[in-house]
Amino acid sequence: MADLSRPADTAADRAHTPARATVVVTTVASDSHTWNLVYLQLLLEELGYEVVNLGPCVPDELLVHHCREIRPSAVVISSVNGHGAQDGLRVIRALREDELTATLPVAIGGKLGVDGGATSHTERLLAAGFDAVFEDGADTLTAFRRFLDELGPGADRALESGAERAAVQRRHADEQMSVSV
Amino acid sequence: MRSPVPDKSPVPDKLSVPDTLPGHRPGCVPSGSAARGFGDFVRAHGGNGRLVVQPRMGFSDPAAMRAGLAATRASAARTVGTITLDAHTRVGHLQAAAAALREGTALNGYPVVTHPPATTARVLDGIQGPGFPVQVRHGSARPVGIFRALAALGLDASEGGPVSYCLPYGRTPLAESVSQWAAACELFASLREAGREPHLETFGGCMLGQLCPPSLLVALSVLEALFFLRHGIRSLSVSYAQQTNPEQDTEAIAALRRLCAELLPTDDWHVVVYTYMGVFPQTEHGARRLLESSAELAVRTGAERLIVKTVAESQRIPTIQENVDALELAAAAAESAARTAPAPLHHPADSPTYQQAAALVHAVLDLHPDLSQALLRAFRRGYLDVPYCLHPDNRGLTRSFIDPAGRLCWASVGNLPIGHLVRPRSTTRLTSATLLTDLTRVRNRFDAPAPPALAASRRPPARDAPKRCATG
Repeated sequence: MADLSRPADTAADRAHTPARATVVVTTVASDSHTWNLVYLQLLLEELGYEVVNLGPCVPDELLVHHCREIRPSAVVISSVNGHGAQDGLRVIRALREDELTATLPVAIGGKLGVDGGATSHTERLLAAGFDAVFEDGADTLTAFRRFLDELGPGADRALESGAERAAVQRRHADEQMSVSV
Repeated sequence: MRSPVPDKSPVPDKLSVPDTLPGHRPGCVPSGSAARGFGDFVRAHGGNGRLVVQPRMGFSDPAAMRAGLAATRASAARTVGTITLDAHTRVGHLQAAAAALREGTALNGYPVVTHPPATTARVLDGIQGPGFPVQVRHGSARPVGIFRALAALGLDASEGGPVSYCLPYGRTPLAESVSQWAAACELFASLREAGREPHLETFGGCMLGQLCPPSLLVALSVLEALFFLRHGIRSLSVSYAQQTNPEQDTEAIAALRRLCAELLPTDDWHVVVYTYMGVFPQTEHGARRLLESSAELAVRTGAERLIVKTVAESQRIPTIQENVDALELAAAAAESAARTAPAPLHHPADSPTYQQAAALVHAVLDLHPDLSQALLRAFRRGYLDVPYCLHPDNRGLTRSFIDPAGRLCWASVGNLPIGHLVRPRSTTRLTSATLLTDLTRVRNRFDAPAPPALAASRRPPARDAPKRCATG
């Protein structure tokens, strides 16, 4: 996927960078929102990941197909249309049933229901097989960073120096909010 | 008459819309009693400082949907009704919609294809009529099935477009959306055989909700209107979503009116303004103030209709009462603006926004006599290219940013045929942090304790405001 931080025609130079851990950024089949996906792609790229952004309205089978092909380090599902929990329960079943994606770390976050967070969906989604659930809230980004940290060596490889890592962390210290556009 | 609001006399001498504004043709408006459909109703009751206001509203439960329409109709505002469809119906997952209805799971809209026709007829019975037209909003890139259901139900007003309901929201190839929309328009146009005047609104003026520069919004809205016309629709509205700077928005709507007057071979069109669609203020005062500012923008620019947002918008799907509150607040703000709006500062018809939008529209029209082919070529060549849009048929060579004066500008125009009109500034590298700053700029400005917009909107902006973005 193109590097979003610059126009697509200048992204070719990125091809020379060494192989990095890949994260698939996606949403659920019924969700048409994309700013959350654009933001997550930039954030993950700054953290040193290669990102494959599947864009809006991703059918379950397409996500499974891409995961089988790409073999990413993790999948990050972001949804803000209120159907995230419903669709998420279905898509995680599809991912867990496929032997190539059965143990893949998968996180879901955003506005997952239609009642503004009055009902928590976290427990149900974790029980269904998600590794992490980030419902819209003040500490969402911090918790998301913790999830990424636990992924292990992918980001470490990419961030070559401690100084670079510190710079990235400083940049994000004041943005601890979720983007639910 | 349904409306609890007495008809207000137009106050043209106090309006900020110059009489010379192209497309401003009060003489062409039909009388209310003779209104035959959505378009006639809005042109009879909106414009000249009056505003028809409309909610976004859709509930899966028929009783709730009926209650929402009834409350919209009964509100102290001149309104039209809305049925917003659910996301499963939008993408054609009718089985998922049916399963949700069976299980009693709430959907985020009304599944009009899945509910039996008799159910929808009961929802509308005694509410929809000449005094209260209802528009169906859906967001589908493959809308034929939806339009077939609407036609069977006698629902004759909807919205969308082959580009605006395809690129930002899904994976449908643009070519498929274009051919689906052509067929849907022709199907909808056949409602005229039943004595109706089907009405379509372009969604092109709302692309991505935020951070799409106004000139591209205007161009897409005009191109989609032309597309509808060429496929048999005769009653149109053209949308424009409020962006980040009132002066730039005013220019953009003037440009939209001028281009429509120049290019649409009909008088049966009106302008619909959308309250800001990006990241919405979280405070009540911020949300109210932003809604009011959109009503003021609509009145200032002679727009006939406004689609509102609610104070609950940043949190969740609003309740019926929150929608009614928003409609009444917008109507009051519009009335107040029509009384007090200052005279226009300058004639904005030949603004940078107009020049860019006109260049985009004409470059696309010149690509092929068949507008469907022209649109497809335009996206292939990057003559149309929506910044930050992830769709595979979008080139992705353009970028936008908000300048220090709050104007939405081009950082990179890619292959857009406006290079001679724009000085792009792509010196700053885009990061997640800068994107977040631009995405949340309006929210933060309106959530601030003393809303600066209040002062700014009452005060005539300086003719040569400092730091003004030269790229429009």
